[in-house]
Amino acid sequence: MAGLGDLLGRAVLWPFVLLARLIDLPLRVWQRWTGIGGMAAVFLAPTLLIFGVFVLVPLGLNFAYAMTGGTGILLGERPFVGFEQYGRLLECEDYTRRLTCREDQFWTAVGNTGVFVIFQVTLMVAVSLITALILNRNIRGRGFFRAVFFFPVLLSPVVVGLIWRWILQRQGLLNLIMVNLGLDPQVWLNDRFYAFAATIGVSTWAHMGFYTLILLAGLQAIPRDLYEAAEMDATPPTRVFRRITLPLLAPNLAVVLVLALIRGVQIFDEVYVLTGGGPGTSTLFLTQYIYEAGFASILRNPGLAAAASILMGAVLVVLTLLQLWLSRRAEGGRVR
Amino acid sequence: MSKVMGFLTARRGHGGRWHWTDVVTWVWLIGGTIIMFGPALWLISSSFKGPAQLAEFPPTLLPYVQELAVVDGYDDPLPLFTATLEDGTTQVLAEVRRVGTNAQMVDPANPETRIDVNIADRTPVRQIGLATDNYVAPLVANDFVRYLWNSVFVTMMATIITLLTNSMAAFALSKYDFRGRNAVMLLIVGTLMVPLSVILVPLYSVVNATGLLNSLWGVILPTVATPTGVFLLRQYMLTIPDELLEAARMDHASEWQIYWRIVLPLAAPALAVLAIFSVVWRWNDFLWPLIVLSRRELYTLQVGLNTYAGELNVQWHYILAMTVVTMIPVVLVFLFLQRFITTGIAGSGIK
Repeated sequence: MAGLGDLLGRAVLWPFVLLARLIDLPLRVWQRWTGIGGMAAVFLAPTLLIFGVFVLVPLGLNFAYAMTGGTGILLGERPFVGFEQYGRLLECEDYTRRLTCREDQFWTAVGNTGVFVIFQVTLMVAVSLITALILNRNIRGRGFFRAVFFFPVLLSPVVVGLIWRWILQRQGLLNLIMVNLGLDPQVWLNDRFYAFAATIGVSTWAHMGFYTLILLAGLQAIPRDLYEAAEMDATPPTRVFRRITLPLLAPNLAVVLVLALIRGVQIFDEVYVLTGGGPGTSTLFLTQYIYEAGFASILRNPGLAAAASILMGAVLVVLTLLQLWLSRRAEGGRVR
Repeated sequence: MSKVMGFLTARRGHGGRWHWTDVVTWVWLIGGTIIMFGPALWLISSSFKGPAQLAEFPPTLLPYVQELAVVDGYDDPLPLFTATLEDGTTQVLAEVRRVGTNAQMVDPANPETRIDVNIADRTPVRQIGLATDNYVAPLVANDFVRYLWNSVFVTMMATIITLLTNSMAAFALSKYDFRGRNAVMLLIVGTLMVPLSVILVPLYSVVNATGLLNSLWGVILPTVATPTGVFLLRQYMLTIPDELLEAARMDHASEWQIYWRIVLPLAAPALAVLAIFSVVWRWNDFLWPLIVLSRRELYTLQVGLNTYAGELNVQWHYILAMTVVTMIPVVLVFLFLQRFITTGIAGSGIK
């Protein structure tokens, strides 16, 4: 059996092995010519080329797009308009009323995303903390239950969206439960409130396993003897949690919080499949606004989409710097 | 049995009494199992129901198919119903055709005489069974085989290129000391801050300018640049002792050979983790393929599913079956490789 697997592995790998042999000769010549320092450049070249073309160049171009108008996608065809696109996004006659803004959809998306992030991140942190605490107990089948909560993390957002659309539809599973409990069935996704709540619940369902794992790793790094000492003193569990677990878990909690914030701000795929932003614009979030402004709507405006994405990017940069700082602190804490 | 009871009643500490936290634990774990697995199981069960059964409310938990009977004088098998006749008796009849609210039915044992039955007075005879046509039809008649192939192609190519380019970069960043190394590291850290949703418009124009629009390579290449992959591999390669490399250099191995014959095989565990991640990432990608691919024959499974699910008249029986198909590779990864991923995440906090 091992022989067969080995043979199969060789069969799959042989084109690559052949390629590697063929590449070796020109690279030897190059190495003799440039020395070992030149080889570092060779090894870095493919990654740097891809990063450059598909990340750095677009990043620079983004600012150029945000300064130009029109519907053309080629930069050369686009007239320079300065900060007009930002103005259009941010201008309102009366900042207390959304509908007086020039781009009221943008403000709707910002508002929705804000509310979504507040509730979803709170729910996410709470649920994954409780789950991590429970999985950290001395229970049987811990590996199994850890896998249970992790399962949806692997599912594609389209699958997640469709699974829940099917459950929440008129003749769906949730309405079956409602009827059996003697309650009125609802058309969940046609209701502004329920649809919004569904986006929060479904995205939490899909991603909580990931955060649970991070918190679980943090919990397992807390020294056991602290708990043993607490048990000897017959400390009540709530007190153990407040005095030992929570302070020692704080760095991991902070990382989870910021990571959830970063992901929450960018929420798109599963919500797009679940509600499509509706009913109306009640579940329209920032990324969908950018996608629609740039690509999907009839009056597409790449400049406006670029400007909106730069504003979102600014928020994300701040959050990411916060995350890097926090995770460095979390690691430092663990070493100490 | 005693083992099961022991499992179910396992609790904290050594005392005989149940603590309230034990109750919370088991309620949470069992409820969690239902909530996490239930939706997927419901999807699978629904995907084997025929269109008529899917439209029913209340829905049944398991899929049923209507029983068919071969009746003399008719070429095709006829569907069976339990019909209540005018005299109040019930009888199992086969339907010949339906006219308005009435159905012409025959007794399978006595196929000469036709009986008119109001469709309100009959219920289909059903048994638990699978409507496998949900799976066969879209794969054969619609473009789903194409989508499936496109998804497999994108996932495989992207993973191979990711492993190759990322491991080369990680090798250079972990085993060479050159000017500008820190700058390169910083650059790669920096790209972590640039998610796809932030550079959607200009990335589209770059892909357009390079002629990759409406090509699967336009989906593959931009996703290959994963800073997380370079990180993961670099961290692992730092643990490979430099003495091994020095010994190889003594034997006149070229740097490329050192990378290919020594470092890469030694980094196999990290490569395996990255491969698993990459397969799941690329298989699940949605927003970028949605933007790059506008020709139907190039759609990946995710984009194709979204398109069919977005039609006015959603054909749920096909959508559900294809959702299950889309789920299969990820479920396989979950069943067999879940441990690698969970330890990978717990160790590095990447996803």
